[in-house]
Amino acid sequence: MLLQALAFYVFAAVTVASAAMVVVSRNPVYSVLFLILAFFNAAALFVLIGAEFIAMILVIVYVGAVAVLFLFVVMMLDINLTELREGFLKYLPVGAAIGVVLLAEILLGLGVLGAGSATVASLDKAGAQVLAVDNTRAIGRVLYTQYFYLFQVAGIVLLVAMIGAIVLTLRSRPGVRRQKVSEQLYRPKDQTITVVKVPTRGGV
Amino acid sequence: MTIGLGHYLAVASVLFTLGILGIFLNRKNVIVILMCVELMLLAVNINLVAFSVFQGNVVGQVFAMLVLTVAAAEAAIGLAILVVYFRNRGTIAVEDINAMKG
Repeated sequence: MLLQALAFYVFAAVTVASAAMVVVSRNPVYSVLFLILAFFNAAALFVLIGAEFIAMILVIVYVGAVAVLFLFVVMMLDINLTELREGFLKYLPVGAAIGVVLLAEILLGLGVLGAGSATVASLDKAGAQVLAVDNTRAIGRVLYTQYFYLFQVAGIVLLVAMIGAIVLTLRSRPGVRRQKVSEQLYRPKDQTITVVKVPTRGGV
Repeated sequence: MTIGLGHYLAVASVLFTLGILGIFLNRKNVIVILMCVELMLLAVNINLVAFSVFQGNVVGQVFAMLVLTVAAAEAAIGLAILVVYFRNRGTIAVEDINAMKG
């Protein structure tokens, strides 16, 4: 139990610290790398609580896809780093004030919820409840039966996102000569071949 | 020393607040703003998974997966728009993005 608590505190501390580094880091590339670290540690928290499937999905989707996408875009755009940092100190007081107020409100609400109503307290007392089957099997049983339409809709959302991203970023450069097979095939004969009567000893 | 639901909710609330703080602080950099949105969605996912596990009901984890799907789609579309915008205007500062202002 002590080991579990220790692991939780380590993972939570690293998650929060790397999230803070995402915000304050000077270089967007470092921000992306800290985002990857934050997601890895959040996945470790999920493993700790017993949600292995979501943890692995988090690692695959975020670290494998989204973070690499961010990294590509950061490296592709030739942005001026010092210009982007302007105004950081100007917005720091009001941003920090809003952040502190928001965090205090959330934690206050959490404390009231834990002390007053029975929800969090009773759930806390019950502890992490062990399902009868393992995590992945339990998710699969629900996902492919009860929430099957939702699953399909998620697939459609991804398809639309993929097509949208391709349509947005695909460009045809004007100078590039590309072979267009259909145009070649539909060319009529009189545009292609001209029959020339060559005079004798005259040449064309 | 047992780790309860409150611990996970506290971590999630700190992450969410950091995400909002990042949106306030990085007013010029759209990429970091998108990363902060991802952080906030991660906080939401931590809440969903923690409640799901402590209630012994797996539906919360299914919903967390759907949130993950939408977050991935949002990142892809947002970055595509960003690339197109940079190609056209040569800048990604938020203050310059006013082409649709009437």
